[in-house]
Amino acid sequence: MVGWFRITSYICVLKNLIPMNQLVKIINSSVGRKLIMALTGLFLCTFLLEHLYGNILLYNNDGGEAFDEYSHSMVHNLLIRIVEVLLFAAIIVHAFQGIVLTRKNAAARPVNYAIKKDSETSSWFSRNMMLTGAFVLFFIVVHLYSFFVPYRISGLDEGQAVSQLVKESFENGWYSLFYFVSVLLLASHLNHGFQSAFQTMGINNKKYSPLIKIGGTAFAVLIFLGFASFPVVFYFGWMG
Amino acid sequence: MSETINLTLKIWRQKNSASAGQFVSYEMPGVSTHMSFLEMMDVLNEKLISKGEEPVAFDHDCREGICGMCSMFISGRAHGKLKGTTTCQLHMRHFADGEIITVEPWRAAPFPVIKDLVVDRTPLDKIIQAGGYVSVNTGSAQDANCLPVPKKDADEAMDAAACIGCGACVAACKNASAMLFLSAKVSQLALLPQGQPERKERILNMLSAHDEAGFGNCTNTGACEAECPKEISISHIARLNREFLGANV
Repeated sequence: MVGWFRITSYICVLKNLIPMNQLVKIINSSVGRKLIMALTGLFLCTFLLEHLYGNILLYNNDGGEAFDEYSHSMVHNLLIRIVEVLLFAAIIVHAFQGIVLTRKNAAARPVNYAIKKDSETSSWFSRNMMLTGAFVLFFIVVHLYSFFVPYRISGLDEGQAVSQLVKESFENGWYSLFYFVSVLLLASHLNHGFQSAFQTMGINNKKYSPLIKIGGTAFAVLIFLGFASFPVVFYFGWMG
Repeated sequence: MSETINLTLKIWRQKNSASAGQFVSYEMPGVSTHMSFLEMMDVLNEKLISKGEEPVAFDHDCREGICGMCSMFISGRAHGKLKGTTTCQLHMRHFADGEIITVEPWRAAPFPVIKDLVVDRTPLDKIIQAGGYVSVNTGSAQDANCLPVPKKDADEAMDAAACIGCGACVAACKNASAMLFLSAKVSQLALLPQGQPERKERILNMLSAHDEAGFGNCTNTGACEAECPKEISISHIARLNREFLGANV
């Protein structure tokens, strides 16, 4: 009985330390949900840069040695393993919140207009983030299945290097095309998402906003050119 | 340019909120290009009344672009295709001879159709009632110089205060979000000294009222600022987001 009382009193103290009601209110509000989208989205952007850096090691003319070493070191780095959990969490939260927001937004307009000239006031990609996002999520699942699962869970064939697995995957034309299109849609998602995240975090002024917009587009182009180069280069066999 | 044009109007007719509506076509020959859109609607209604038919119900009041009552979605655009204008300030010279014009009410779950082109916009009033005011009893007005306001802030507050609450932002937004309206009302008070005492409760209460009314969320596509007859910038929505962060941290 005394023990139970102690536990409940601990819970009460914890409740006072963390204002749960307020936290729930923030998370459930429209601006709060958008903030979650912005923060998880920007976190995923930093991962893309890191991932691109790793992939570029494939272009080292050393039979994939640098890339394999890098992959090996990533798996055996404790910090990376912790960030990896956060990364999966961010993907799930970003996707879940995106679906919740899309459903709420659709419910806010139950009857559509007979004629609506959206293209005169906003871009197609900014209006279809759910569509591009859903495709990218599908791509992530396929991508994990083709590289993450064999490398980390089921194990590679004996003597097979991960760089070898990458090169073999891109020898398949359909896979390379799918990868290319996915990266293109990812870039279009980033083109709106990157600058949109800053607006959601309240950063918008005459001086910096044009720079953020250009920066967002430049980031999207960099991600596209960077990642789309791998299927092209390996499919056409431009690298040995 | 010829002085008159012939038009076909496709207008949404709905008896009341409970009944289903449909489009009805009306031929409008010899419309003077000097008329405003609402005057053209008046001519149509006079014709309908003389034929013993029910006139088209639509909201209107000042007819000089400052009251925010007129609210038509004209051929796919809120208040028509002209930038920075209300429907009453849209003139028929901007339409071509032989054009088919589709006229619809604002479409949003929080804005049910009352009749024809008239929608219930009281959810916008509910947002204001939740905190879009200064309730501190300040007694008689002070000398203006006692409350210094930087010119930049005064200008920005004035830009936000230009919002006439017409709801074009909601109508144009793909998510039927009222964020531009809400942000204009929050912004104008957040920038001025009189708005400071209630600053934190204001944003939280007004945002709750916005969400409870069933408006959608902002996805930063910028359709609202493109359609706003007062050309209010989405930089006010960024301020709203900052206010929200400031009130919670």
